[in-house]
Order: sequence, then C-alpha cells, then structure tokens
Amino acid sequence: MNQDLKTHINDALKKGIRLDGRKKEEFRKIEIQTGVVATAEGSARVKCGDTEVIAGIKLDIGEPYLDSPEDGVMIVGSEMLPLSNPEFEGGPPRIDAIEVARVIDRGIREGKAIDTKNLCIKKGELVWMILIDVLPINHDGNLIDLGGIAALAALKDAKMVEVKDNKPVFGKKTKQSLPILSMPVPVTVVKIGDNLIVDPTDAEEKVLDARLTVSVLEDGTLCALQKAGNASLSVKDINEMIDLALKKSQEIRKKLEEALAK
Amino acid sequence: MTDGKLVVKDKDIVVPGEVLAKGMNFLPGHGTYRNNDEIIANRLGLLTVDGKVLKTVPLAGRYLPKKNDTIIGRVMDILMSGWRLDINSAYPAVLPLKDATFSYIAKGADLTKYFELDDYVVVKITNVTSQNLVDVTCKGQGLHKLRGGRIIQVNTHKVPRIIGKKGSMVSLIKKATGCKIIVGQNGTAWISGEPEMEVIAVNAIKMIEEQSHVSGLTDKVKDFLEKATGKKLEVSEKE
Amino acid sequence: MMSSKYNKRANNRGFEESRPIEARAGVIKKADGSAMFRIGKTTAYAAVYGPRELHPKHLQDPKTGVLRCNYNMLPFSAEERVRPGPSRRSKEISMVTEKALLPVVNLEDYPNAVVDVFIELTETDAGSRCAGICAASMALADAGITMKDMVSSVSVGVIDHQIVVDLDGEEEHITDMDVADIPLAMVPSTEEITLLQMDGKVGKEELLKALEVAKPVLKRIAELQRKALKEKYKG
Repeated sequence: MNQDLKTHINDALKKGIRLDGRKKEEFRKIEIQTGVVATAEGSARVKCGDTEVIAGIKLDIGEPYLDSPEDGVMIVGSEMLPLSNPEFEGGPPRIDAIEVARVIDRGIREGKAIDTKNLCIKKGELVWMILIDVLPINHDGNLIDLGGIAALAALKDAKMVEVKDNKPVFGKKTKQSLPILSMPVPVTVVKIGDNLIVDPTDAEEKVLDARLTVSVLEDGTLCALQKAGNASLSVKDINEMIDLALKKSQEIRKKLEEALAK
Repeated sequence: MTDGKLVVKDKDIVVPGEVLAKGMNFLPGHGTYRNNDEIIANRLGLLTVDGKVLKTVPLAGRYLPKKNDTIIGRVMDILMSGWRLDINSAYPAVLPLKDATFSYIAKGADLTKYFELDDYVVVKITNVTSQNLVDVTCKGQGLHKLRGGRIIQVNTHKVPRIIGKKGSMVSLIKKATGCKIIVGQNGTAWISGEPEMEVIAVNAIKMIEEQSHVSGLTDKVKDFLEKATGKKLEVSEKE
Repeated sequence: MMSSKYNKRANNRGFEESRPIEARAGVIKKADGSAMFRIGKTTAYAAVYGPRELHPKHLQDPKTGVLRCNYNMLPFSAEERVRPGPSRRSKEISMVTEKALLPVVNLEDYPNAVVDVFIELTETDAGSRCAGICAASMALADAGITMKDMVSSVSVGVIDHQIVVDLDGEEEHITDMDVADIPLAMVPSTEEITLLQMDGKVGKEELLKALEVAKPVLKRIAELQRKALKEKYKG
C-alpha cells in the first residue's frame, strides 16, 4: 500500500473533499436497469461511477436443507472477473469475492427478503432454489453495496418458470413474481483516518482503515452487519457509521423503487 | 498498373485492416503495410500523409519506452543491484544503484532508504536494448522521488497534447489551479495541490485527453478553468 | 438446389441475414482495450490487458509475445445455470479463439510479453464463440495492438440443405431436420478462414457453398466493428 496516497486522501478528507471531488457522504451517480439478461429469470445492471455490476437470477428445483424441509433455497455467488480490473486473475474465487457474496447473502437471508416457505413444492423433497450471481463488469469499488442493490433489483424483476415433471422449463416464464417480502439495502461506511465516507472507489478501498456494511430494512431495522479492515472501531464510530448508513439507505431505497416502478 | 490513389483522407481515424491507398504511388510507413497493390493500416491511429509516405500515429496502446524520455515509474521490486520500476509499459525498467543518487551507495546498504516499494519516481530513460531492457536514471534536473500528491494515468499518446506546445497547456492548468504537475511521457502524471484545485486540474487533464482532436482546445480548457476556479487567466501563447 | 423443408425463419429473417448487431468499443474503463459485441441476444464483452510482463518467466519467449484468451460464460447467461470456473467446453473455446485471432496479431512486436484477452458472455442464444471473437478482435485494436486486420466471425448453418447464416438457439436445437452448425472466423482483407468447426452433417459441396454465403456477412460485420472503433475515437 502506498502510504503517501493514504496521507494525501486523508488530508483532503479533513477539508471535506475526496479525490474525485465528491463530498464525504455523497454517492456517485447511480443508474439501475432491470431485465437486462433474457436468459436469466431476473436480472439487473447497476452503474455507479466507473463501477458496473450485473446480477442475474437462475431458478432450479432441488432438495431442501435437512434442517429446513419446508423452505426454498437461496444461494448468492460472486467472482472478481479478470476482465473488470487488471489486478484480478482467473482461478477460484478470491476471498474478496467470497465476502461480497456472503455479505449480500446475509442481508437477503436475515432480512427475510424472500418468503422461502412459499417456495416449497413438496415438504422435505422438492423446493425452488434461487441462485443469485453478482458479477462486476467494471470494478471501481463498492461492490457489496452495488452488488446488493443489483441483487435486490434482479429479485424484484424475476419471474417464475413453468414446471414439467418436477423440473423447471427454462425459457417458459410465467407472470408470477418471486415472493419478495422486503428489500434489505446494504450500505457500507468506510473509515479513513477520522473520516467516514460512503460509496468508496477502488483507490479509497485500498487505503481504508475499517469499513462497516449495514443492511437496512424499510423500517430502519438492521438485518446484517459486516465489519472489515485492519483497524478497530469504537462504539462511537459504530454509532455514527450506522446513522450514516441509515440515512443513505433511504436515498438508495428511493432510487431502487423509482427504477423498479419503470 | 494504374495511378495509385488514396482511399482515406489525411487525419482520418483508421483501424487495423483498413485499406489506405491503392496502387504503387504511395509507400507504407509506420503502422501500415503493403499487401500487393494496397497499403493497409496495422494499428488503430490517425492517418498522416507525408508526401508519398503513409503512416498512422497511434491513438491507443501502452507506452513504448524511448531513450531520453522523462517518465514516472512505480517501484515494484528491490533488487541487489537497484530497483525495478513499473513504467506502464509491457516491460519494466531498471534503476541501477549508480544511477539512483549522486551520493555513493555502499554494497549491502538498505536500499529502501532511497526508494521503497510503491514509491513513484521521476526518471529519465538512458537506454533501451533490442530485447526491451530499459535502463533509467534518477540523476539529473527534475529527476526525483515524488512525495505527496496523487498519481493519475492518462493515455500515453495524448501526453504531447496535455503538455502542449512548449508546455503551454500544462502551464495553463498549473497557473489556474496552483497545483504542481508532472506529466511523464509514459502517461503517468503526478498532481499535488489544494484538494479542490487538484480535482479541477484532473478534470482539465481528462478534458484534454478526451477532446485532444478538437480545434480551439486551449480556449476551451481556459474557459473550463476560469469557470471552475472563478479566476481570469491570461493566455500568453496560442496553440 | 434441393428444395428444403426449412423454408421460413423466425421474425421473417432472410436466410443470409444475421440477427441485429450492436458493437461498442471502450466499455471497460480499467482495461487497455475493450469492446461489447451483441448479435441477437448473444452478448459478449472482451477486455484486453497488456502487452504486459509474462509470468512465470519460463513461458517468456524472447522472439515473440504470447496471446492468451479466456472465454467464460456468466452463470446466468444460459437457460440452465452455468457452473462458475473453467469447463472442458470453455477451455476448448478459449483455445480456438486464440487460434482464430493469432494469424492477424503481430506478436513479434511484443517479445517476452503477454497480451491477455478476457471474454465474458453475459447472455447467450447460440453463436457465443463467434460473438466473443468479434468482441476480442475489436478489444485488441482498441488496445492499440499491431495487427494486420481485425477478425470477423459468425456461424453459418445448413438446415435440411438450406444454408442459413447466424443460427439462433432454436435453430441449433431443431431435431426433425438435419442441422449443421459451422462457426467461422475470417480475416476480411485476405478472406482467409481462421476458425472452422462444425457439428452436424453436411456434404462437401454444401460446406463450400456455405463458406461463400458467409463471406459477405463477415465483411459487413467487419464494417460494423470498424465503425464502432472509429466512433469511440471521434469522441
């Protein structure tokens, strides 16, 4: 890591300005588009600054987990595509991709975004499986938030498919949407020095001290947390970070709802 | 054989495989080749007709090291005999011990005292071998390690435009923003100043990069800088 | 020509007509060169990184650079979810993609270095390797790589003795008639073929006829590729 760059970013933040001219609590311009991949049962593209993420939903029918025989299955996957950034190479998913997938998964799962009981076909034997894949085409930071937003938009966009002999008939979409009960919006607050910022770029992520992802439900309830970065956080920090996340989650939720209304 | 004729115009943007001229009247220069009676572009670029010679000036692609170029490199490796620098090219450069500083570096000295990993250094290319081994020096006027500021990457082929005639364009940005700016021939640039002024300087550079082919660019950049900074600028030299 | 049972295509498409094509250059900000190529619903993104240092070092060749292509389908890009990671299919397509592009790339300009090409399919409806090759060849040009020409690619097929250009997924899966699917790539300036595969049944004469039919389509694709690149640099 370049210590100089960190000092430089921090000095500017003390004056309330970021490398790209944004204010500390400002998101880049965000664009959300649904229905972008016909082969997926649901899909969305989120562009934010120079980051572009595609989320796609595939459905399948399979066996439920033993401990939840009446619940549909949801799995979130992610990969750092080597096409999106020169630092990535092919191979098994890197730990950062695994974290992105798991934090998005946690928000959706714990926020009870999907009514999994509604996805049971035959108790203990057959349930719907919702496979969500979140992939960056362009990577310039903030993949958890933007991937999470894309996943929610794709879930809302998704349609069930016809079933024949207990198997899904792909390409035969029905008019029925997935049973989505809520939209847990993830917001990551990044701490650099004594400054809190949102929607970090790749450069800002490289020098961060700590970050906290907060998944927020409609009523302000928190449904998932993830603290990362090498530095520790005080309770005061956590308090401020959650406040900021709550505030930004409302903004993003509004954008998401506008895009879905289209 | 009939008379040769140009199929495209001077200053056209041409792409690989594009036929530039037919007949034997023209000669293939850099970025072009002859295939029977046709001259064809072999890289993306701007066509330049120089008498009978057709060549393309590249618009894209990584930096090709040239002797005497002043560039900015990033320390990627510390060797026994010096430092290896990433210079935004297919090939790294080597800064040997003897070219690092005017003072003597003893054998076995801690080289990180001079340059550490990820340091950015302004260097000059002293030699490029046929095998693309690149040697650089840090001894000379304006050659030094960079402290503070930020690094940005620009299209290496737009560097002449960003610098401007006799440095006029970059001087304009420096004057308007009060930033210190160094633009390496390899497209790596360093900017250091007040935070909000740095943002303006970066945006001005991006503007030049994107509109390098537009005429009257100096005036446009001047307008942009005046609006952004709220200061009037005197332009001493036109492009 | 024998009369064919296959006498009408979806959407009134002509037999020698490709699906609608969209091409754009410079779609991936952090890449040295990039492009998107969409034919029908099949959408390929390609990014070029390099020429850059080749590791491990023993793979370096002081006489020439190395071209490395990687073709990959995103999990949701097909009707059935594609398991992430390389498969036998994606490895083979990566290899033939490399061979399809090699004849035009002047790798001797980049000794010891590697030019990496990453191709990602976001959505497929047949013809994905061809779309990938079209996008990759544009991305290489966009990265300023020296090359004799760009490569254009499309599949041509024979359905019950009827030659058709650019099969879609439905045509590929016809079962009540003989279907041959022939992915092709061509160097437009020399008309040399750099990708030739086929599955299905076809006579030699029909195959040669199919190659002729594909030529003007490939040349039109080349024009679209060029236009998209120029569009980017015109600003």
